Amino acid sequence: MNWPPAPRHRRAAIGLLTLIVAAGVALLVTAGLHGTLVYYRTPSELATRPATGQRVRLGGQVVPGSVRREGPLTRFDLTDGERRVVVVQRGGVRGTLREGEGAVVEGSLATDGVFHADRVEVKHSNEYRAPGADPTRAGAG
Amino acid sequence: MTGRFGGWSLGAGLVAAVAATLLWLRVALRAAPARHARRATWATLAAAAAACAALEWALLRHDFGVRYVADNGGRHVPPYFTVTSLWAALDGSLLLWLLILAGYAALLARSTRRRTTTLHPWALTVVCTVCVFFFALTYFAANPFRSVHPAPADGPGPNPLLQEHPAMGVHPPLLYAGYAGMVVPFAYALAALLAGETGPAWLAATRRWTLLAWSLLTAGIVLGAWWSYAVLGWGGYWAWDPVENASLLPWLTATAALHATLAGRRRNPLTGWVVALSCATFLLVLVGTFLTRSGAVASVHSFTQSPLGPMLLGFVLLVAAVVGGLLIWRSGRSAPARPPGPPLARQAALLGNAVLLVLLAAIVLTGTIFPLASEALGGARAAVGPGYFNRAAVPVALVALVLMGVAPLIRPGGDRPAELGRRLVVPAAAGLATVAAVGLLTRPGLPALAAFGLAAFVLAATARAAAPGRAGPGTRIPVRATVRRLGGLLSHAGIAVAATGIAASSAYTASAERQLSVGQAVTVRGVTARLVGIDRAPAGRGMAVIARLALERGGATIGTARPQLRYYATRDTVVSLPAIRSRPRGDIYATVTQVASDGRTATVRLAVNPLVGLVWAGGAGTALGGLLALRRRRSTPAAAPTAVTAGEPVGAGRP
Repeated sequence: MNWPPAPRHRRAAIGLLTLIVAAGVALLVTAGLHGTLVYYRTPSELATRPATGQRVRLGGQVVPGSVRREGPLTRFDLTDGERRVVVVQRGGVRGTLREGEGAVVEGSLATDGVFHADRVEVKHSNEYRAPGADPTRAGAG
Repeated sequence: MTGRFGGWSLGAGLVAAVAATLLWLRVALRAAPARHARRATWATLAAAAAACAALEWALLRHDFGVRYVADNGGRHVPPYFTVTSLWAALDGSLLLWLLILAGYAALLARSTRRRTTTLHPWALTVVCTVCVFFFALTYFAANPFRSVHPAPADGPGPNPLLQEHPAMGVHPPLLYAGYAGMVVPFAYALAALLAGETGPAWLAATRRWTLLAWSLLTAGIVLGAWWSYAVLGWGGYWAWDPVENASLLPWLTATAALHATLAGRRRNPLTGWVVALSCATFLLVLVGTFLTRSGAVASVHSFTQSPLGPMLLGFVLLVAAVVGGLLIWRSGRSAPARPPGPPLARQAALLGNAVLLVLLAAIVLTGTIFPLASEALGGARAAVGPGYFNRAAVPVALVALVLMGVAPLIRPGGDRPAELGRRLVVPAAAGLATVAAVGLLTRPGLPALAAFGLAAFVLAATARAAAPGRAGPGTRIPVRATVRRLGGLLSHAGIAVAATGIAASSAYTASAERQLSVGQAVTVRGVTARLVGIDRAPAGRGMAVIARLALERGGATIGTARPQLRYYATRDTVVSLPAIRSRPRGDIYATVTQVASDGRTATVRLAVNPLVGLVWAGGAGTALGGLLALRRRRSTPAAAPTAVTAGEPVGAGRP
């Protein structure tokens, strides 16, 4: 190809470049999203459509009196007012988890109906409010 | 009383900003003298400063009749954190934002004294319009001065996480200064579109303002990462959180814009890119403000709870529509026929850089707003985790590193591949040697290994480009230009160093979490933490539970660590404060996540994070390099009065 190219070729080249870049973005985004998306579920949704083994985030309120510590495990129930899900969390639970308040946990549902969580979500908004801090918000999502 | 004064200040600021906008518009349209407009701009700044001072005064005087103080003040809060409370919550931080925005307007108004071109009044009109919007937003939707009846006797203090680290006094103002500073390049870009001209003066102004804001933003982002590492206690410094992404996105496009300004002084073939990228940067600032202020991402359901969200979203859409319309309108004008440069020119590298950074920004933006879009379109509620960003963004970032090493070695006027190849032999060898050595000794995984090799390549290439006599095509470079060039190269080196730190800390970090009784120990990478005791101590209005850990390595004691759980009674919150011991070989990072009620066992997380210090050092170098590059050229072509007439249409060619 001669340089500088004729304007017609140049426009075609720019178009081609744009197309390649756009395709690159689309490819990277879809490939990146594949398998890394984690869906939010409420206890009711989890009860009606149990997606066993699939990684999800479960949001709800911690049922008062349900938090028990069994060695390295912490066991508690999450509810959305209709259904309850038993959650088992390995390792320590940070201070954000308190009875009667909201929590979002991430993990998967085992075949025995117990939700095995490996982290309690602590996201900071600009007001630095943990999701558990406001039950009405965290309870909804 | 203080509250009422603050409210009046905000109202006065709104009026002054409207007046300033109209007066600058008059200057722009009728070439009227700028005296009154400048005064109105100063009045806007004075009003913003008065509002901030009023809120500070109310905070320091514990005037709990003011709503913001009742929400965020507290008699028990130390004075330093009382002062920083101004930006510890939404409404107050908007005041700081206003102060910085008005400060930029005043600074820009001042600089017109020296240079009067047709673009300045247009740019100031744009900046003042943005001021009007934010004054209105604060005054109507998030007024911190509303009164509380009856006034409480005490307040809860700011969020506990924001009372733990001295960086709280520096990080938000720096970040805001960088964030809000992007308004000036945006204003210049819009001015160029409105007035229909760009030229060396425009390019020089855009470049310096972008550089200033970019350096501050860089410093702010790095400080934020450091704060996250030192306070949040999860052991990392970047979680691809929407709030973090919101600061990264404009940084990416501003970096691209900066590089596009370098493509040529007299006739820049990438002018269209500079205009579009400057607009995109400020749009992303607004999108980021929307994402973080409206609560739209942190909690997808509180979207309509705050009137801020819809107002900000409306403004974002309005600005996007205006920018898009202007770009389309201007790109319709035919471009003067310009011969494109030779294929292997710096311009091509700069264009490639712009494309890569825009690609990166697109990927990060997609991941950030995907949850919002997914739900808004009736889909399921979903979260995008770090996995997405690592998989999609890291490869692009690595390619950008390659270009970062190669580009400074390309001669501006064009180069022969063979010559460039010869210049790249040593850096490439350094990179490959690093890959071989690191790959043989450890198994860091492919992305980290590539990052190490590329960082070595970039450092070697940067050193070569900085070496005297080899930088240019045989021509002598004036001293000041060298300082600017060295600034840019220092930024490149800083990025490479930070990349090394990021790769090392993500590849080699090891951690273990264990429930320990007193006397038991947890070991990570040869470092043993033995629980010696659990102490309880009063801390402020609450309680601290401290795990005393003895650190050992190879049987020898290397010190103690005292991570703690701190309970804040006023906020009813527990915060886990990590204990970090920085050593050359890596940080020992201990956190206590839980203490049994009998006080005999504690759950301790111990991590060894190698080379994480390189992230801060590299970030500091990057920001410093940006500031160095701010130096003026000795003879700025912008000073020439012919600059305006030499302008060329904007948006022509590639948008």
